[in-house]
Amino acid sequence: MSLHHKRILVAKPGLDGHDAGAKIIVLALRDAGAEVIYTGLRKTPEFIARVAIDEDVHAIGLSLLSGAHLELVAETIEWLKKLGGGEIRIFVGGTIPKEDRQALFDMGVIGVFTAEMKLQDVLAEIDAALSGVEDRD
Amino acid sequence: MKAKEKESSSEVKRTTPSGIEIPMVATEAMHHRNGEAPGDYPYTRGIFPDGYLGRLWTMRQYSGFGTPEESNQRYKFLLAQGQTGLSVALDLPTQCGYDPVDTMARPEVGKVGVSLSNLREMEILFDGIDLAKISTSFTINGTAAIIYAMYLATADKAGVPRAKLTGTIQNDILKEFVARGTWIFPVRPSMRLVADSILYANEQSPRFNPISIAGAHVRDAGCNAVEEMAFTLANGLAYVDELLARGADLNGFAGRLSFFFYVHTDFFEEVCKFRAGRRIWARLMKERYGATDPKSCLFRFGVVCGGASLTASQPYNNITRVAIETMAAVLGGAQSIFTAAYDEAFQIPTEESAEIALRTQQVIAHESGIAQTVDALGGSHYVEYLTDRMEEEILRVMREVDEYGGVVKAIEQGYIQRRIAERARQRKELLDAGERIVVGVNRYQRENEESSVRELFKMDPKTAHNIVAKFNAIRDARDNGAVERNLARLSDAASKDRENLMPYIVDCCHSYATVGEMVATMKKHWGEFQEPTGL
Repeated sequence: MSLHHKRILVAKPGLDGHDAGAKIIVLALRDAGAEVIYTGLRKTPEFIARVAIDEDVHAIGLSLLSGAHLELVAETIEWLKKLGGGEIRIFVGGTIPKEDRQALFDMGVIGVFTAEMKLQDVLAEIDAALSGVEDRD
Repeated sequence: MKAKEKESSSEVKRTTPSGIEIPMVATEAMHHRNGEAPGDYPYTRGIFPDGYLGRLWTMRQYSGFGTPEESNQRYKFLLAQGQTGLSVALDLPTQCGYDPVDTMARPEVGKVGVSLSNLREMEILFDGIDLAKISTSFTINGTAAIIYAMYLATADKAGVPRAKLTGTIQNDILKEFVARGTWIFPVRPSMRLVADSILYANEQSPRFNPISIAGAHVRDAGCNAVEEMAFTLANGLAYVDELLARGADLNGFAGRLSFFFYVHTDFFEEVCKFRAGRRIWARLMKERYGATDPKSCLFRFGVVCGGASLTASQPYNNITRVAIETMAAVLGGAQSIFTAAYDEAFQIPTEESAEIALRTQQVIAHESGIAQTVDALGGSHYVEYLTDRMEEEILRVMREVDEYGGVVKAIEQGYIQRRIAERARQRKELLDAGERIVVGVNRYQRENEESSVRELFKMDPKTAHNIVAKFNAIRDARDNGAVERNLARLSDAASKDRENLMPYIVDCCHSYATVGEMVATMKKHWGEFQEPTGL
């Protein structure tokens, strides 16, 4: 899988403490060859954007189960743009109601994943989305 | 064809989700003979001789959202439906120690529970509810000492004697570091606050449970049933050690320790987890710690049925799952049960789904007959076999934590966190591979499943704004001089090692100091927990 040369930040924005999903994704991405950084809990969108830029990542995975996904994803994207990291791709995982998926895609999110999706499908989607990015850049 | 299938299925080695071998037929030779009666040490068959005949379990539904006014309405509805205790869900800012105006808090004010930033909000929350009669459980940990103090202050203002208060604060900070994530201070000062609140509660409100040592969250984060019980008992022992180190008398506090677990759908493993846990705890208290009061050996626990065992796909299946889980909880001897609503996997329950969850318990209590005799499963070869095997496995995991250097070290260095993450991944892989079947998710799926529930919960979009406006108004109206004096006294006490902080926190609450102000005061001295993020 071409995730081999990818750097990915997995982050927990806001106060939500459910990190099982985020950690499973960290382990799965790492096994698929990606270089993965995990922020730990309770990070602000600004902090996440700064780490992503400093660490020169291709993508950020934001994990949210608190219902605050629309606000926190939008804020993270704003900070990325403000700090010059607008090219960094974002995928989102967690408790995301169907009604909110389109709003996230409209913000530019490349994938929305829930707990019941197969890990292999999640990885394949991330892989596909990121190889597209490489080609354009 | 049929005969062949049958033959091969009897040869396949079957295991419970925790990996314990399931015999095709259990026999007497597979377990030790258990001559205990219910209510006899070490309480495998239950802590009461009369089981549920004397008193049914408490039906306690977790709920709370938005403003205290909205939650107060929901509580009155649930009490009118026959619920016998309240369980308060708090929003994340309150749980993590931020006021609603804090930038960290803003997107999550009022979202997963009710916002309780100061005493005024709690007075509204319990308006018209008699605290002397209704027991209230708070799922609160990082700020447990503060919320408990606020509850005392609410009772004081309502003229209810503290000694009459019943209920529980979760107050189990150790599992927050490994699974639930609402930690604030580093491990050691956090343990001090837990001990302070337990000791103060023993003296001020002796019928109130000052801690509920919880395995539920490590379970939901991915652990199996054996690890859930093992990590929880290990945490329990860490609290006992902390209290003893403070000079407390074991028989003075051990009887008020209580526990809290998840029940997932594997019926027999859940029943036997509780039978084994009761036995292990009683023996540890008596044999390792020398408890002399039989009450000190009683393993009292509440449960939640649902959580990670529920699915967002085909959500009505969750009603069936919760019914099976509730039966396991009853046959396992739970003292209180919370049944999750079928839509909990993806939203705050609606009034309809919350009612079905409560009715599930009522059907089991009053129609099924399983609570009409004590420990109905006791003596079943399989149940006794599995109880023995669970006990061995739980003790093995507890030894592994001991060998690592004990719970506090294991948490500070991320050992337990890594174990949980690995197990979560393993569970996910078993599901993805279809080796563990979950109906509607990896078996019997429906194509193009759309709008799967009839009713969706909608949060009032103005909620957060209203909470912030009220917060500012309360802060403007209070006596700020008194707040400053009380916070200064709390600060002074926090800087000293051995002073019990509870009386200072109660004073702060009385003067309408906010959760955020009190937490910031203690953070100045103690700093924050630094999460080990290596996986």
